Amino acid sequence: MGNGFDSIAQSSYWLIQGRDLFLFLHLLGTVCFLYIVARRLRPLLAAQRDFRFDRPLARLGRVAQYWLAQWRHPRYRLAGAIHILIFAGFLILAARAFTLLAMGVSDRFAGEASGGWYAAVRAYASTVVFLCMVVAAIRRLAFRPARYPRSADAIFLLGLIALLMAADAVFEAAGGAFYARQGREMGREAPLSLIWACQNLFASLPPASLRGLRLGAYLAHELTFFFLLCYRPFGIQFHVETSLFSIYFAKLERERLKPVRWGMPDDAIDKLDSLGVKKLEDFTWKHILDFYSCADCGRCADQCPANAAGRPLAPRALTAKARDYVFGHYPVFGRPADGQSFIGGVFSEDEIWSCTTCGACEAECPLLVEYIDKIVDLRRGLVDDGKAPQALHKPLKSLESRGNPFGKLEKKRADWARGAARVVNGNRVETLYFADSITSYDDRMQSIGRAAAGILGRLGEDFGILGPAERDSGHDVRRYGEETLFMALRDHNMEAIRASGARRIVTADPHAYNALKHDYSGAPPVEHISQVAARAVRTGWLRLNPVDGGVYTYHDPCYLGRHNGVYDDPRDVLDSIPGLRRVEMKRCRDRSFCCGGGGLALFYEPPERERMGVLRVRMAAEAGANVIVTACPFCMANLEDAIKSAGLEGQMTAIDLAELVERQMVS
Amino acid sequence: MSRIFAYILHKGGVADDSAAELAAAARKIDRAQPCTAVVTGWGADLDKVCESLRGAYPEIWKIAAGPLAYPNAELVRQALLAVIPAGSVVLVPHSHFGVDLSPGLSIKMNAAYVPDVVDVEGAEGSWLKTVRQEFGGQVSAHVHCDISAGAVLNIRPGAFRAEGDAPAEGRVVDKSAQVGAPTARRQYVETIAAEAGDVDITREQALVSIGRGIGEEENIAIAEDLAEALGAVVSCSRPVVDAKWMDKSRQVGSSGCTVRPKVYMACGISGSFQHLAGIKGNPFIVAVNKNPKAPIFRVANVGIVDDILEFMPALAKRVRKESVPAKTKGAAHD
Amino acid sequence: MEILVCVKRAPDTSENEIQLAAAGGDIERDDLVYSVNEPDNYAVEEALQIVARTGGSVTVATVGGEEDEEVLRREMAMGANRGVLISDDGFTGSDGRGTAAILKSFVETGRYDLILTGVQAEDGCAQVGGMLAAMLDYPFASLVTSIEVLQNGKLKIAREIEGGSKEINHIDLPCVLSIQTGINEPRYVGMRGIRQIASVPIPTLGASDLGMDGGAAGRAAAKVRRVDYFTPPEGKGAKILTGSREEIVDQVMELLKAEGGLN
Repeated sequence: MGNGFDSIAQSSYWLIQGRDLFLFLHLLGTVCFLYIVARRLRPLLAAQRDFRFDRPLARLGRVAQYWLAQWRHPRYRLAGAIHILIFAGFLILAARAFTLLAMGVSDRFAGEASGGWYAAVRAYASTVVFLCMVVAAIRRLAFRPARYPRSADAIFLLGLIALLMAADAVFEAAGGAFYARQGREMGREAPLSLIWACQNLFASLPPASLRGLRLGAYLAHELTFFFLLCYRPFGIQFHVETSLFSIYFAKLERERLKPVRWGMPDDAIDKLDSLGVKKLEDFTWKHILDFYSCADCGRCADQCPANAAGRPLAPRALTAKARDYVFGHYPVFGRPADGQSFIGGVFSEDEIWSCTTCGACEAECPLLVEYIDKIVDLRRGLVDDGKAPQALHKPLKSLESRGNPFGKLEKKRADWARGAARVVNGNRVETLYFADSITSYDDRMQSIGRAAAGILGRLGEDFGILGPAERDSGHDVRRYGEETLFMALRDHNMEAIRASGARRIVTADPHAYNALKHDYSGAPPVEHISQVAARAVRTGWLRLNPVDGGVYTYHDPCYLGRHNGVYDDPRDVLDSIPGLRRVEMKRCRDRSFCCGGGGLALFYEPPERERMGVLRVRMAAEAGANVIVTACPFCMANLEDAIKSAGLEGQMTAIDLAELVERQMVS
Repeated sequence: MSRIFAYILHKGGVADDSAAELAAAARKIDRAQPCTAVVTGWGADLDKVCESLRGAYPEIWKIAAGPLAYPNAELVRQALLAVIPAGSVVLVPHSHFGVDLSPGLSIKMNAAYVPDVVDVEGAEGSWLKTVRQEFGGQVSAHVHCDISAGAVLNIRPGAFRAEGDAPAEGRVVDKSAQVGAPTARRQYVETIAAEAGDVDITREQALVSIGRGIGEEENIAIAEDLAEALGAVVSCSRPVVDAKWMDKSRQVGSSGCTVRPKVYMACGISGSFQHLAGIKGNPFIVAVNKNPKAPIFRVANVGIVDDILEFMPALAKRVRKESVPAKTKGAAHD
Repeated sequence: MEILVCVKRAPDTSENEIQLAAAGGDIERDDLVYSVNEPDNYAVEEALQIVARTGGSVTVATVGGEEDEEVLRREMAMGANRGVLISDDGFTGSDGRGTAAILKSFVETGRYDLILTGVQAEDGCAQVGGMLAAMLDYPFASLVTSIEVLQNGKLKIAREIEGGSKEINHIDLPCVLSIQTGINEPRYVGMRGIRQIASVPIPTLGASDLGMDGGAAGRAAAKVRRVDYFTPPEGKGAKILTGSREEIVDQVMELLKAEGGLN
């Protein structure tokens, strides 16, 4: 072979030799693609630094898990399955694509057109991809899930990929049919594959038509291939190229909030001219890469409680709008767009304040796009410009002057304990119980503190509280963008913790838990009271009395579950109570639905259609529960309020795990 | 003791309720000293007001001038300075007008000024002992004021109990000639009336606040009826706004408005943490709730365990019965 | 426009924590946290917004002691161009009139087109603005809820009056306005902003700098003195009314009358 029918390079297209034509086409396509990619890299170079080049092995592991193994895709069964098939198909067909390209310029590759096991595999792969395109298109056109935006572009892209698959199949089938005509058996085509179908279709065509068909299909394939290559960087399909990098460079310690600048000492922050994100280039390069990589699958928005409550926030939209802004301000061709301001224009302030940092979006994103860091950076920018919501001024000022958002007196901070716990006050203790503000001051939540202290007491722990020396953990101060105030609170607490000599910290507040564990550095190991109780239950130190009746469900607090992976301990404690019937809500564990947010979220509620808490208690009712157990004072505040709002008073109650354990302790 | 004058606010030919209260305050300052009412304005309305004061005041000074048709503080100040002798004590209601007029008036009279007086406890020499409330009413203070060179005292509306009307024997004296035509560098242009739905609950003195207990949208009319009878305004808690039954501007709470009323009637409000955060200034809280364990009872001054849908109409009816005479007399605001 | 905003340091009473000191006579001051008198922030914000529209600069001034410098810094962190601390031992014990006299002397050392104050301090006096205007013989308006700069050396302002209505006025410059809260949304000032302004020097002016003689301010000149604080007797927790509905309604009626709840 190498000439005649087989050779693409030798054939002529309208008097031009195939080799010349395709050499030119390939060169043109590649140059265009490189140019476009170079232009797309410009905003990344203008963006902030972000050190993501360490620990290559860990990063490659991420690539293997989330990219190659498509780890998160099956969370959405149908869409996930389709994506895995397409992705696998693409991987399989990658070699074929390059062979095809090469075939156009050299005959050396022409001979491997068919036959062998790889041929069969790729025949099925392209068939599967083709069918997936058809199914995906039908889904988008006829049964569009709410999370997908209405997008002609998506259909167009599906069509292009289908065309690519079809062109390849026609190309091959035309060849196969031709040889079959000649009586030359080239090996049986994989039955029921696209190629097989085409070959059967072409069986009766005259050789000249087959030849034309084959050359035409090749040309169509090449044109589509390069068109797609150069078109993808203009839309969501860019993720085909960027996702690998996005996942490789994804944040390894996801529980750590991005500092103002990576590697910058605290005291240098005062000297910065500006803080946080106020313009596009204030994002880090990785965050802009995220904008490129988002495939608009909408899973984040589908899981986002703010979105569900009708707040003006959907993580997907956040990315999509930022991507459009990048494309407009760093265009491939022409002059940058101007006009629309970044904050207040692209992103509304309400949008930025709508997030509870629950992390549902990040737990879902197949490409590990980071949202919380971006939201917090945007808030830092707003706070730095004096644009904190009015409702937060008072609590923030009180945090500054009194160490709690309520403006209550420091000296009353230990009043809740009422003998349940003693104030360290210069003495050294083994274990420190960190109450945090809401547990210290709110009448209702003080009971959680007393219950937790009661459990520690029963277990014979040598523990104390900081009392008036304690300040708010600053967890949500930080997440609301007031970094310097957070630092002041943290430094104050760290000093008090060190002075107490405590070797470990226990808290019943997941926000304090998360702050002490990840936002403070150098604090002793910290445990949530549910972990303490679970261990005591397992070892038999703590035995719990049976309960009579009631159907219980456990609501995972975001900062205990999703952010820290504590899912089983609270459930184990519940399951150790004889007679307790426990059901799971549809959304549980890492898909838990945020109650409405903690800390400063209690003081500021963005416009919304419905309260998140109300949605949540309805989920509990749907699961058939009449007792919601949670393990966070903020969840308690929101859920108890929501039970009333939802009109479920009398039918549903909420109780904190610590309260339940203390109530059921065998004396 | 110096002479005492009371500046009378009026509107539409009707004296403000504070007119009688100032007379009561004057008596408390010095029972022996007759208090003279000063009324500024223009036209037939002015005469009507002067006439209506003859029971409460033995002497009424009428100052009629075209520019005084609208109470512009700068013009009124000139008028008062023209007629009131040095060293007098002038009583002014501590209202939106009073805070505009009195500080400047006291300077021009070279007299002492005490704003927002809620009580008077006699005198010590030339020092008058007044009582004020500070820090949003959380604490009271004795404030002594040297009235030897005269004083301007702003009296909190409602703080002094008006006494029953005496026979209308007061004398109306026209002092207009001493004033002439005052001029000002601040010109009144117009008044833009609050639109319905544009009520600012944060500045209201009395609120009838409804919560989930209102049940359904139609029942809001019951609360509005009670509010009207009381001269109050309806506010609400979050669930009522969530249900879109009332405007967000009516919501009390951490995600709504912070209010500082004198009286807060919480009807069918359980008293969540977020709601209570919006109530400031230690109002007198009357809570009505079916549930005797509602947390609102912990913070309320007075609690009533009842169905608000039955209690509110009953109270409205009672208020109306009481205030019919008062209403015909006209409880106008300036 | 050159704008002067007179500000004041006041205890933060966001929570009901004001109590009488055990010794009596005064409030418990040990636990108080002082900060800018909140309404003053609205005045500063309004000044900044006017300057942003028309040009000029914003000066903030306060009468007090060293500890009041913090208040000026907070307002400068908001964006005020300079702060002036007016402080003199002889000013101690001034009443509202004395403070107004001190400010008058200060105003006369400069040239200001517009002078703003917050609507009132936590003591609720709302007096210095009106007094200052009268001393300067400037026009004055209280409870201002909007300001529009007109071309002819005038402002168009709205004042709050009863029932949520607005009174529109034209007022000649220079003038003194007391700014009602809610006129704008004051910007947030965080710790970083205040620290960044920490090294900017703040001039301190005394009586001699202002050319004041002894008689106008200070304790001796005060015509008004707060003698002591006290708490009027009050019960705790809700008193649950009992009886028939009619009886309860009667009781509520009496209570409402006593509390001024009948307008």
